[in-house]
Amino acid sequence: MRGYIHSIESLGTVDGPGVRFVVFFQGCPLRCLYCHNPDTWAFGGGTEYEAQQIIDKMVRNLPFYETGGITATGGEPLMQLEFLTQLFKLAKEKSIHTCLDTSGITFDKSDTSKFDELMEVCDLVMLDIKHMDEKEHIRLTGASNRHVFDFLAYLKEKGKPVWIRHVIVPGITYDEGQLMSLGKYLSAFDNVERIDVLPYHTLGVSKYEAMGDDYPLKGVPQLTKSDAQRALEIINSAKYN
Amino acid sequence: MREEWNGFIGGDWENAINVRDFIQKNYTQYNGDDSFLAGPTKATLDLWQQVSDLKRAEIANGGVLDMDTDIICTITSHGAGYLNKNTEQIVGMQTDKPLKRALQPYGGIRIAMQACQKHGYEVDPELVEFFTEHRKTHNAGVFDAYTPEMRKCRSSHIITGLPDGYGRGRIIGDYRRVALYGIDILIANKEHQKSSTRTTMREDVIREREELSEQIKALHMLKKLGEIYGFDISKPAKTLKEATQWLYFAYLAAVKEQNGAAMSLGRTSTFLDIYAERDLKAGIITESEAQEIIDHFIMKLRLVCFARTPDYNALFAGDPTWVTESIGGVGIDGRHMVTKMSFRYLNTLNNIGAAPEPNLTVLWSTNLPSAFKDFCAKVSIEHHAVQYENDDIMRPLHGDDYAIACCVSSMRIGKEMQFFGARANLAKCLLYAINGGRDELTGEQVGPEYRAVEGEYLDYDDVMSKFKAMMTWLSKVYVNALNIIHYMHDKYSYERLQMSLHDRQVKRWFATGIAGFSVVADSLSAIKYAKVKVVRNEQGLVTDYITEGDFPKYGNDDDRVDSIAKEVLHTFVKMLRQNSTYRDGIITTSILTITSNVSYGKNTGSTPDGRKHGEAFAPGANPMHGRDTNGAIASMASVAKIPFMDSQDGISNTFTIVPSALGKEPAEQRQNLIALLDGYTRKGGFHLNVNVFDRELLLDAQKHPEKYPQLTIRVSGYAVNFIKLTKEQQDEVISRTFHCCI
Repeated sequence: MRGYIHSIESLGTVDGPGVRFVVFFQGCPLRCLYCHNPDTWAFGGGTEYEAQQIIDKMVRNLPFYETGGITATGGEPLMQLEFLTQLFKLAKEKSIHTCLDTSGITFDKSDTSKFDELMEVCDLVMLDIKHMDEKEHIRLTGASNRHVFDFLAYLKEKGKPVWIRHVIVPGITYDEGQLMSLGKYLSAFDNVERIDVLPYHTLGVSKYEAMGDDYPLKGVPQLTKSDAQRALEIINSAKYN
Repeated sequence: MREEWNGFIGGDWENAINVRDFIQKNYTQYNGDDSFLAGPTKATLDLWQQVSDLKRAEIANGGVLDMDTDIICTITSHGAGYLNKNTEQIVGMQTDKPLKRALQPYGGIRIAMQACQKHGYEVDPELVEFFTEHRKTHNAGVFDAYTPEMRKCRSSHIITGLPDGYGRGRIIGDYRRVALYGIDILIANKEHQKSSTRTTMREDVIREREELSEQIKALHMLKKLGEIYGFDISKPAKTLKEATQWLYFAYLAAVKEQNGAAMSLGRTSTFLDIYAERDLKAGIITESEAQEIIDHFIMKLRLVCFARTPDYNALFAGDPTWVTESIGGVGIDGRHMVTKMSFRYLNTLNNIGAAPEPNLTVLWSTNLPSAFKDFCAKVSIEHHAVQYENDDIMRPLHGDDYAIACCVSSMRIGKEMQFFGARANLAKCLLYAINGGRDELTGEQVGPEYRAVEGEYLDYDDVMSKFKAMMTWLSKVYVNALNIIHYMHDKYSYERLQMSLHDRQVKRWFATGIAGFSVVADSLSAIKYAKVKVVRNEQGLVTDYITEGDFPKYGNDDDRVDSIAKEVLHTFVKMLRQNSTYRDGIITTSILTITSNVSYGKNTGSTPDGRKHGEAFAPGANPMHGRDTNGAIASMASVAKIPFMDSQDGISNTFTIVPSALGKEPAEQRQNLIALLDGYTRKGGFHLNVNVFDRELLLDAQKHPEKYPQLTIRVSGYAVNFIKLTKEQQDEVISRTFHCCI
């Protein structure tokens, strides 16, 4: 079977542990206001690949990835769940560490059989939590966050290691109450190994221009490093109280 | 055992000149981290302030502070010169004052005159007359013998940078011998060699006897140089300070006599560590004192300079001297050769800040101790002044006592030397193939008058067969020009001091080089996989190309084009090897441009890959700027495919990455850099320059040079002070691929 891939980056160092081969899946159901990869949204585009082709591309340079592995990101990799599972299966056959970067938005707790199959071959999940408040989440992404929380609960049950990623946007998620609530919520998950706060940046603006779209967060300033540090401190303070 | 050697483990080295044996029997591996290192002493900081002030004054003065115009520099031509006699641990200047450039006319009097004139000085007319009328120079000799064809190739820039008007360099004397044995033993050894030459006076025997006499003279002069500074270096050194000083005198003597393009130091750190360990054990010095000696030694190496012309600077920008020092590596018995001194050398970057010289080169092996790897990564990320070369692929060929000369040229110390051979412009050669030997810019018939391409579109097989024919011609002119150059250099500007620190039987590498490697690969790929239409001028000369459709580009781990790159290299090297060489030198080639990639671009017309006339080539073996779009590893994987045995003189790859793309936390960044270096090494990659910074830093430095007096970046096989580059060269560096995160 074939997958639709936006692009492949041979050197990734911020998408999971170590040096990684990063596969950007094409297509995403969310429309996050701050998204810096809007070119990965549309379904039906991208380049078609066999899973084996992607693994072959990576395996020829395996000596570079000994400390890392493969990361599926996007777009939303879970939108091509079967292809993703096949990709990770092939990776595990070569003992390659697998990491899924996802919003968890497609998870449905009433039928987890396909997810169970994926989890057999997925070593780490990087879960993007966009916003703690459901209404705000809908405003920010166009969808509810209930599936995200269901997914995290499922991962806990599976004992799957999770890294949380949280984008801090001035005026949207850079809010003490929101950050406190995230910290408190996460304190119940012993499978969460790490929390990364990602400061909002405007590097994606040119892509909107290129696509002829208005940039939804026009005028919102980039988050400073020290504010990002402070956001992490707030999350952690709530987590350990 | 001699008393100077007390405490050392004896061996063959006591009875024969064998520094490697001494090192192997006596060095102490260090597996720990950098916590033992000492910071700079007050004397170090004061001296460095003085050097920095001088360097600033030099820049303010247009690039030169002072020049000799009437003293021909020899090993003993000048009295003692100091920064501050009372606080300098290691002493010795090329002339009588720091940064005063010496007059070295043996390579060529015209070049020496031009170098002076450019800075407002005039060489003493009597000396000019002497070196014009009475004593021939290397340069004059070469031009007496050049053929008209060779001159044409030079002026059309299909062969560039030939060492026909300046010192060829790239010969490393085994300067350690002076510290270990003292001059007297070395002279006795050379006297013995001279007394045992063959006795039938044929040309080669006569030459050998004359050269040995010159070598012996140079050693006597070196002893005298020690005396000028108040040292008796006839005997072996007794302490770390003496060993460093003896070694430095030997190197200093070399740079007093020769202004070779690259005057490299060798592999000295683990050697000196043996003396440091002995002194530390005996309680004679402290760690801080050991570091101070090395800091002052390195400071002296940073003061080495030569009088050079604007032409020279266009090719080799930023006033480089290539005082290359090779650090680390693994022994053939499997023990790594990292010592505390390996750390101390790199620590000079912390103590006195970044600088392009000495050209610190880590001989990288996956088997280096992890704490040392971590320290290298730390220093690289902070100072971007270190280059890495693959010990795991050089060791099987050269053993464990080789060093790098210049940027990427490996040779056994004291046993092998190199005839430096600049480079041929293969991109231009491809254009000559298309135009039947006519130059694409001037229309002049430079190459042989073969059939030019016909029709509107280029055909791969047709172009390839024409290209091979043109490369055959080029390889012949090129090697023969070099034969003349090295014959004349030996005759008129023989490196007697450096060769006195070599064995009797020396293996000679006959180096050549290639420029335009990625341009050729992409051009041929365009012809094969896209449609390339030619544009002719009124004279029927193809001057431009219209490329229709996409094609695989070198630098993306795509075998379709990478295999073309390999085939071109393999073919050209084979052709080069079919030529006879001076002194039976063994032909090697390098893919290295230094900063000449900018001037090659200027002098090469538009190419089928879409590059326009005037646009810079990529440096060394790098993919063309911005064409490696699949990330850094795919880019490195392409370069790593180039077989070392086809390009034994080195394959230069300059890698620039923004800090945030290397990882979030400093510890992660270091681990990831190590993973990249280990991966590249395992894949058979040869050389990696590592730059870690944002484009914005360079843009700011271009605007406000005064804020960045020590900003050092790796270019192609060496490092430069960014602010010393011309605007053009700065722009080229800024336009290179910066690997960043998406």
